[in-house]
Amino acid sequence: MSETLTKSAARNIFYGGTAFFFVIFVGLVAHSVSTVNEMAINHPVTPSVARGKEVWEKHACIDCHTIMGEGAYFAPELGNVWVRYGGRDDAAGARESLKLWVKNQPSGIEGRRQMPHFDISEPDLDALVDFFKWTSEVNTQNWPPKVSG
Amino acid sequence: MKYESQKVALYYIAGALGLFVAQILFGLVIGTIVVVPNFLSELLPFNIARMIHTNALIVWLLMGFFGSAYYLIPEEAETELYSPKLAIIQFWLFLFGAAAAVVGYLFHIHEGREFLEQPLWIKLVIVVVALMFLFNVSMTVLKGRKTAITNVLLLGLWGIAVFFLFSLYNPSNLILDKVFWWWVVHLWVEGVWELVMASILAFLMIKLTGIDREVVEKWLYVIIGLALFSGILGTGHHYYWIGLPAYWQWIGSVFSTLEVAPFFAMVVFTFMMVWKGGRSHANKAALLWSLGCSVFAFFGAGVWGFLHTLAPVNYITHGTQVTAAHGHLAFYGAYVMINIAMFTYAMPNLLKREPYNQILNMWGFWITSSGVTFMTFALTFAGVVQSHLQRVLGMGFMEVQEQLGLFYWMRLGAGVVTFVGVVLIVWSLVVPGRAKAAARAAIQPAE
Repeated sequence: MSETLTKSAARNIFYGGTAFFFVIFVGLVAHSVSTVNEMAINHPVTPSVARGKEVWEKHACIDCHTIMGEGAYFAPELGNVWVRYGGRDDAAGARESLKLWVKNQPSGIEGRRQMPHFDISEPDLDALVDFFKWTSEVNTQNWPPKVSG
Repeated sequence: MKYESQKVALYYIAGALGLFVAQILFGLVIGTIVVVPNFLSELLPFNIARMIHTNALIVWLLMGFFGSAYYLIPEEAETELYSPKLAIIQFWLFLFGAAAAVVGYLFHIHEGREFLEQPLWIKLVIVVVALMFLFNVSMTVLKGRKTAITNVLLLGLWGIAVFFLFSLYNPSNLILDKVFWWWVVHLWVEGVWELVMASILAFLMIKLTGIDREVVEKWLYVIIGLALFSGILGTGHHYYWIGLPAYWQWIGSVFSTLEVAPFFAMVVFTFMMVWKGGRSHANKAALLWSLGCSVFAFFGAGVWGFLHTLAPVNYITHGTQVTAAHGHLAFYGAYVMINIAMFTYAMPNLLKREPYNQILNMWGFWITSSGVTFMTFALTFAGVVQSHLQRVLGMGFMEVQEQLGLFYWMRLGAGVVTFVGVVLIVWSLVVPGRAKAAARAAIQPAE
C-alpha cells in the first residue's frame, strides 16, 4: 500500500469517518422514527393490535412465515394476508376465514407443509387479525409487488 | 503460545465446535422438513427447529470470538489474562444460558422475534456474560501493550455488547420494532462483527506470513474503515419496504453496493501478505482457512449481497430463497471460516502439539466449502425461480414452493456433504494425529 498513507492517518480516517457516518445514520433514523410516529396518529397501534403482535410473537410465527419479507421463508408472507383474504372488500368474511384457517391446523395432508395447532383464544385470534389488518395498511412503498406476497 | 492464561481459549473452542455440530444437525432437520413436510411435524415443528439452527450458529460464532480473543489478546498485549478464572466462569455461564435456551425452545418457551427468541432472563444472562468478558479483556489490554489489533478487536467486541442492548427494546409498533431489530442484526454482522473478523485476520497474517506489523495494521484500519463507512448507512437496504420513507432506497442501494469494497480489500490484503511474506509456516491448514475466509466472505457477503441489494432488484427478490442463499454463504465465508482459521492456528499451540491432522483438516475445508457452495447455488436458483413465479407472475406461495422441490433436494444433499466436512474439521482439531517426522523437521521457529 502507498507510503503516503501512514498508519496513524489510516486510524484517524477510520475513527473520523465512522463517527461521521454514524451521526448521519442516527439523524436519518431519528427522522424516520418521527415519520412513523406521525403515521401512527391516523393509523394507531390500538391495544388490540399490540396484543395481536404479542400473540404473533408468542407462537414464533416468524420462524416459518415472513412479515414484510422478513422471517423464515417456509410459509406464506403475512404482511398482506389481510388483503389476500379480501379484507378490503369484505372485512367480516376475511376475519372469519383467517380465524378458521388457524383453528383448523394442522391439515394433516400428506406431502404438504404443516402448521402446528395453536390453542389461541377467540379474543386473541381477533387481536391477531387486527395486527394483520394494521400491518397490511402500512405504507410499504407498494411492496410486495403482487398480492401473492 | 506464550502465556499460560491463553489456555482458557480451549473451553470456548470446545464449546463452539460442539454447538457447530448441533447447528448443522438442526439444519439437516429443517432441510428435511422442507422436502418431507410431515417429518417430525407434531414433535418438532419447523419454527422450533429453525430457531435452534440459527441460535446455535450465533452462539457458537460468539463463543469462537470469545475464545479467539482470549487466545489473541494476551499474546498481543504481552501479558497474562487479567483473570483466567473469570473467563472460565463466564464460559460455563454462557454455555448454561445457551443450553437453557435450547431446552426451553423444545418446550415452546421462547420469545417471538427472529434470532432474538431467547426469553428475557437469558438475554440478561448474555448481557452479564458480555460484561464479564469485556471487563476481563479490557483490563488485560489496559495493563499490557496496546496494538492496533487489540484496539480494533476491543472496539468490535464492545460494539457487539452495546448493539445487543437493542434486543431488549420491543415496541408494539411493528415498524419501530423492525427499525431497531436491525440495529442488532445488521450492525452486528455488517458492522462490528467485521471489526472482529478483520482483526483476527490481521493477527493471523502477522503470525503466518511474517509480514511487518506496521503494514498489516495500516491495512487493518483501511479495511475496517471501508467496512463501517459503507456498512452503517448500508443498513438502509433493510429499510426499503417496512414502512419507512422512500429515501432509504437510495441510501441503502448506494452504500450497500459499497459494502463489497471491504471484502474485496480483504482478499487483496491476505493474498498480498502471503505473496510478499515468503514465510513457509508449518500450519498450512490455518493459512488455507485464512485465505479461504477472505475469498468466501467476498463472494458470500460481497457478491451475493450485492446480487439483491439494489432497491429495484430487492423489490422482486426480498424475502425469497435468494436471501437464504446469501445468508448461508455469507455466514460461512465471513464468520465460520474466520473462527475455524483461528481454531486451526491456535489448537496445536494450545495443546503443545505440532500442526497435526493437516490433511484431514484441509479435506474438511474443501468438502465443507463445496457443500456450502453447492447449497448456495441451489438456493439461488430456487430464489430466482420463486421471484419470477411469485413476484412477477403473481402465483401463490405454496403453489410456487411445489415447483422448487428439486432445488430443495439438492440443498439437502449439499447439507449432508457439509455435515461430513464439519465432522472432519472437528475431528482434525480435537483428535491428535500422528506427527510425521518429515513434517516435524520442516517446522520453522515461528509462532
